[in-house]
Amino acid sequence: MGSARLYAAVTAGGFRRYATYRVATAAGVFTNTVFGLILVYAYLALWDERPHLGGYDQAQAVTYVWLGQALFATLAIQGGGFETELMERIRTGEVAVDLYRPADLQAWWLASDLGRALFQLLGRGVLPFVFGALFFPTALPHDPVIWLAFAVTIALAMVVSYGIRFLVALSGFWLMDGTGAVQVLMVTGMFFSGMALPLNAFPQPLGDIVTLLPWSALLQMPADVLMGRTDPLFAFAFQAGWAVVLLAVGRLVQGAATRRVVVQGG
Amino acid sequence: MWIRSTLAYRVSFVLTVVGGLLVTGLDFVAILLMFSQVDVLGGYTLPEVAFLYGLSATSFGLADLSIGSAGRLGSRVRDGTLDTLLVRPAPVLAQVAADRFALRRVARLIQGTLVLGYACVALDVAWTPVKVALVPVMLVCGGVIFSAVFVAGAAFQFVAQDASEVQAAFTYGGQTLLQYPPTVFGKELVRGVTFVLPLAFVNWVPAAHVLGRPYPLGLPEWAAFAPPLVAAACCAAAGLAWRAGLRTYRSTGS
Repeated sequence: MGSARLYAAVTAGGFRRYATYRVATAAGVFTNTVFGLILVYAYLALWDERPHLGGYDQAQAVTYVWLGQALFATLAIQGGGFETELMERIRTGEVAVDLYRPADLQAWWLASDLGRALFQLLGRGVLPFVFGALFFPTALPHDPVIWLAFAVTIALAMVVSYGIRFLVALSGFWLMDGTGAVQVLMVTGMFFSGMALPLNAFPQPLGDIVTLLPWSALLQMPADVLMGRTDPLFAFAFQAGWAVVLLAVGRLVQGAATRRVVVQGG
Repeated sequence: MWIRSTLAYRVSFVLTVVGGLLVTGLDFVAILLMFSQVDVLGGYTLPEVAFLYGLSATSFGLADLSIGSAGRLGSRVRDGTLDTLLVRPAPVLAQVAADRFALRRVARLIQGTLVLGYACVALDVAWTPVKVALVPVMLVCGGVIFSAVFVAGAAFQFVAQDASEVQAAFTYGGQTLLQYPPTVFGKELVRGVTFVLPLAFVNWVPAAHVLGRPYPLGLPEWAAFAPPLVAAACCAAAGLAWRAGLRTYRSTGS
């Protein structure tokens, strides 16, 4: 019970920390809206040429774009979240303090990152999405049950996203300099999550492969649940499966990594 | 100094450039993916879109390399370290541009040039001397126009402080916008980036002459040769904005 309260406090702290930067949040909303606009027009031209590409109609393609903009910062799809900070702490050795805390490293940063993601969803995600829904034809469900299922997929996506970035951060124990790993995170996140193009619009067999990877749990699954193209139970199982695998691997790597830590005196 | 410090770690530098090529190249991969499903986008073929893309990315790469550091200005205003630049006997803008000059940004330039090279070979265009000469003019003027946007964005940060993302919307957003044909976008948006923020003169308008395409918004023929004028006007406007911004700077006093 005590540890649940601790992690809840860490989550609240993560939320408040990002909530402090109001101007930066407003700037982020503006940027996501601008990029959403550009992408919407590009997608509309694409779907004009190939109606029902990937099984989406135009309204669904538009919805997909705005959902991507809403989740871009929330799920730190291109990185940008706790992982750069944790890598810096690993490089400088400050991670020793984290390990000394009466809390688990993985759970501590998960709690903090969930707080961040929650704020980004409310602060940066909702407004571009509402803008898109107001000014463009979108395909949104009326059934509250689907919205509820959608909320669950977002929460699961947050955990999967954390699982991926925790592994990237832990690579710092071996690589020390995180620049390369962060770049890989950017490329894979942008490409495999379907930020560039919905995964179901990828040419085959590439499309089938990327749909099986953990990144498809980030944007594609919530989008397909929202638009009623996937059975929610299947989406939950897929996302939860990847979450468990990633967290378990993270735990193993964390064990191996912490055995490596040598704290310098002084 | 910043070049020498970067080149001190040669392997790391090469790796970051290669990584940068991958990251920036991804934009074009997205376009290739789209063309794996269709033959034309907004009425433009792949070589034509690649031409627009290459012009936009290369111009942007030039601007990003020379003055992309201006994006960091907000943090200097916030923590008051801009003071250091103000007391040095050199133009502040030049110092801001040279601050943490990042040679790794050549990645974008390389990637843009590669795509442009492919486009020039693949395009089905009767190259006249005028058209050939127009390409370097577009690149230089485009670079200047994007640089002006960077400077204006930096000036805005004197007021907004931690709103560097707004600047990104215009710089990176502008570059992304110009990668697609003008026919893709709504009339209002095209009007905005032609008459308000004249990004259309980076590639859309002059490229219409090269490609023999109808001009956006039905602009007259000579508009294709306007980029130098537009670039000069952008510089003047950005210079005024920069001065105004600099005057509002109040140090943190720390």
